[in-house]
Amino acid sequence: METRIENHPILGVPEKGKLVKFFYNDQEIEGYEGEPIAAALKAAGLMVHRYTKKEHKPRGIFCAIGRCTDCVMVVDGKPNIRTCVTPLKEGMKVQTQYGVSEKPFEKQ
Amino acid sequence: MNQVNDRSRDIGPYVAAPDDDMIICRCEEITKGEIRRAVHDGMFTLTEIRRYLRTGMGLCQGQTCSKLVKGIVARELGVSPAELEPVTSRVPMRPLEMRIFAKEAKEGEQDEK
Amino acid sequence: MKRYDLIIVGAGPSGLSAAIEAAKRGLKVVVFDENEKPGGQLFKQIHKFFGSKEHKAKIRGFVIGQQLLEEADKAGVSVVLNATVIGLYQDKEVVVKIEEEVHHYKGDAIIIATGASENMVTFEGWTLPGVIGAGAAQTMMNLDGVKPGKKVLMLGSGNVGLVVSFQLLQCGCEVVALVDAAPKVGGYGVHAAKVARTGVPFYLSHTIVKAEGTECVTSVTIAEVDSKFQFIPGTEKHFDVDTICVAVGLSPMSQLLKMAGCKMENNPKRGGQVPICDEYGATSIPGIFVAGDVSGIEEASSAMIEGRMAGVTAAEYLGYMEETELTENLTELDKALDGLRQGMFAPKNRGQNITETEEGIPVSQNLLKHGFVADDEIERFPGVTHKAGIHPVMECTQNIPCNPCQDACPKHCIKIGEKITSLPAVDESATCIGCGMCVASCSGQAIFLVDETYEAGFASITLPYEFLPLPVKGTKGKALGRNGAAVCEAEVIDVRTAPAFDKTNLLTIKVPTAYATAARFFKA
Repeated sequence: METRIENHPILGVPEKGKLVKFFYNDQEIEGYEGEPIAAALKAAGLMVHRYTKKEHKPRGIFCAIGRCTDCVMVVDGKPNIRTCVTPLKEGMKVQTQYGVSEKPFEKQ
Repeated sequence: MNQVNDRSRDIGPYVAAPDDDMIICRCEEITKGEIRRAVHDGMFTLTEIRRYLRTGMGLCQGQTCSKLVKGIVARELGVSPAELEPVTSRVPMRPLEMRIFAKEAKEGEQDEK
Repeated sequence: MKRYDLIIVGAGPSGLSAAIEAAKRGLKVVVFDENEKPGGQLFKQIHKFFGSKEHKAKIRGFVIGQQLLEEADKAGVSVVLNATVIGLYQDKEVVVKIEEEVHHYKGDAIIIATGASENMVTFEGWTLPGVIGAGAAQTMMNLDGVKPGKKVLMLGSGNVGLVVSFQLLQCGCEVVALVDAAPKVGGYGVHAAKVARTGVPFYLSHTIVKAEGTECVTSVTIAEVDSKFQFIPGTEKHFDVDTICVAVGLSPMSQLLKMAGCKMENNPKRGGQVPICDEYGATSIPGIFVAGDVSGIEEASSAMIEGRMAGVTAAEYLGYMEETELTENLTELDKALDGLRQGMFAPKNRGQNITETEEGIPVSQNLLKHGFVADDEIERFPGVTHKAGIHPVMECTQNIPCNPCQDACPKHCIKIGEKITSLPAVDESATCIGCGMCVASCSGQAIFLVDETYEAGFASITLPYEFLPLPVKGTKGKALGRNGAAVCEAEVIDVRTAPAFDKTNLLTIKVPTAYATAARFFKA
C-alpha cells in the first residue's frame, strides 16, 4: 500500500484503527476501521466510485468533505452513500453505483 | 422590475460555442450549452434556470455549480453576476432522506447530548 | 422546543472561538456541526501560522485546533457533532438533523459560522476521477494518511494552492507544476518560494486546457493565456499526472442567512454572497450574528478573532455583559484583528497592483512571475546582509503581518519594530550565536543562517527542512538555488532537531563560498 503515508515529517505515523476486510464489488480488500470508505479505496488505488445516470461517465473523490456527493456508492445495499464521510466497518459491502443502482446499466 | 428581468430586452440569438458540451452541474449533468440555450428560451433568472433544467437541484444542492451557472447566465444576458438575484434558499439545506425529513424528534428527547 | 441562549452553527475556528467567549460569560451555548469531528479546516493545516504572539503565530494550525477544543471544553461549551443544520428561520428557530431525526431549537441569539466552500473552474475532463479540490487533497493526506496522488498538478497560486502544494511534497507526492491563469502569484511570496526551491515549476498566465483519461486522469495539457484569458495556440504543455488539484478560491456558505431573511449583498472583495453586517458580525436581523469566512473570506487567524467578537457581542446583546465591558473587549480584539489586516495582502489591498514595499523597495517581479526571488533581486532587501561569521539571512520580501522571528532571537539580531508588517532587518550591533531559533520560527521558512567564512573556500548554510527522510550528517548531494535548479555540490555537516523547533529540522550544508548567496535547498 504505497499510497499510504507511512511516516509524515510533521504529523508522524498516522493513527489508524484496526485493519479490517471489506468488499469492493466482489473483491475482498483491506482498510482501516473508522477511516472514510473513500480513503480505503484510494489507498487501494481504486479511483472510480460510480458512473453517472445520463452520460454513464466515471466519477470519484472530488471534495472529500461530504459536500459534492460525487463519491457516492452503494454501501450495504443502500445507494447514494457519501463514501468520503462514511466510516469503514468490517465486512462492509461497497459497490460501484451505476446511476442510482448497483446493477450495471446493461442489466438495469 | 429590474432590468435583468425585462423579457422584452433583446439579448440576440443563441450562438453555438465549442465548449457547449461542458458539464456544469455535475449532479444533474447539465451542460453549458443547455444553460445558454435556456437563457435564450426566456429563462432570465437563476430560479427559472434551476426549475427549467434542474441545475443545482441534484444531490449536492448546487454546492459546486451555483457560482458557475450564475457566471454563464450573467454573460449570456450581458450583465454582471452581482446583478443576478441568487436562488431561493430553503429547508433542507443539505440532502436528506425523506423518511428522516418526515421524522420529527419528540419534545424532550435527545436534547442534551 | 428546546431553548438555548446562544446557538452557533459550525464548530470551526470562528464558531468555537465565539462559543468560548459566550460560555465564559455564562450563556448557555450549543454548537452544531455537521462533521464527525470539530475544528473545521484547522486540523488540516499543518503549517505554522503567521501573525504575532496574540494571533498564535508560529504554532501549527492543527495544534491551534487542539488548543481551541481544550479551551471550549473548559468553558463548558457543548458541541453536537454529526448535527446538520438544515434550516434557519427569522424567529431564530434552528432545524437540525441529528442521527435519523429532525430537531427544532430556539436560540435567543444565533451565530452563523458555517465557513466557505471551494470554487471550481471547468475544463474538458474536469469531472474525471483524479480531479480534486485542494481541500480534498488536504483531507486525504493530513487527516486520512493517504497520498492524494503520485504525480500532481496544482491549479491556483493563492495561499491555499501554495500551502497545499508544499504539503503534497511533504507527504511524498511529486508536484509536476503549479499553474495559475493570473499573471502573478496570488499568495504569500514566502509560501511560493519554499515550493519553488524544491524544484516545482510555476506557470503563471497558464491554465488547464484539458484533463485526459477515460476512467481517471492520466495526463493534463495546459497552455498560456493572453490578458483576456484566451488560450494562445502553440503554447501547450503536457504532463503525465494522476491527480489535478484545484485551488481557485473560496465562496462564503451563506445560504442559511439568506434563508433566515438577513439582508445580503454580492461583494466580490468578501468572496461573493455575504450578509450585510457591522464590524462585529451583527446582521440585519437583531440577534443573528456571523463570524469567519461566511461573512468574508480571510485566514483562520482572523476568523478566530471575529468569532470572539461575535461571542462577546452576543453576550452583551442578551444582557450577560455590561456595555462598558463589551467596549473594552472589542477594543482589544479590534487591535488584534487590525494587526492581521495590514500589509500587501490585506483585504483592503485586494486587486491592487503593489510595486513597492512599505520601505520603498521594489517588489521582486520574479517572485510574482516564477515563485522565487531572483539572485540579482535578493540583495536589495533589509534581511539580506553579508558579514564575517554566522548570521541570519531573512529572505522576507513582502509586507505581511508576521513577527515571530524578532522574538525568537535570544540575541536580538532581528528587528521588525512596532509595525508588524515591516520587513525584518538585521541589527548589526548584535551577535548571532547560530542557535537557529529564527530559522525554525519563521512560518514562511524564509530565514537561513549563512557563514561565508565557515572554512577556507567553503560557506555553511543552515536551512529549514520539513521532509522525510531527514538526511544524516555526511550525506552528499546537490545544493539547489531559489529556483530549484542544482547550483553546486553540497555536503550535510549538521542536522538539528529540537522540541523548540517544532518539527522544523535545521539542515546545515557546506557549499563552495561562491554559492553562499545562491544555495537554499538540499537534495541528496
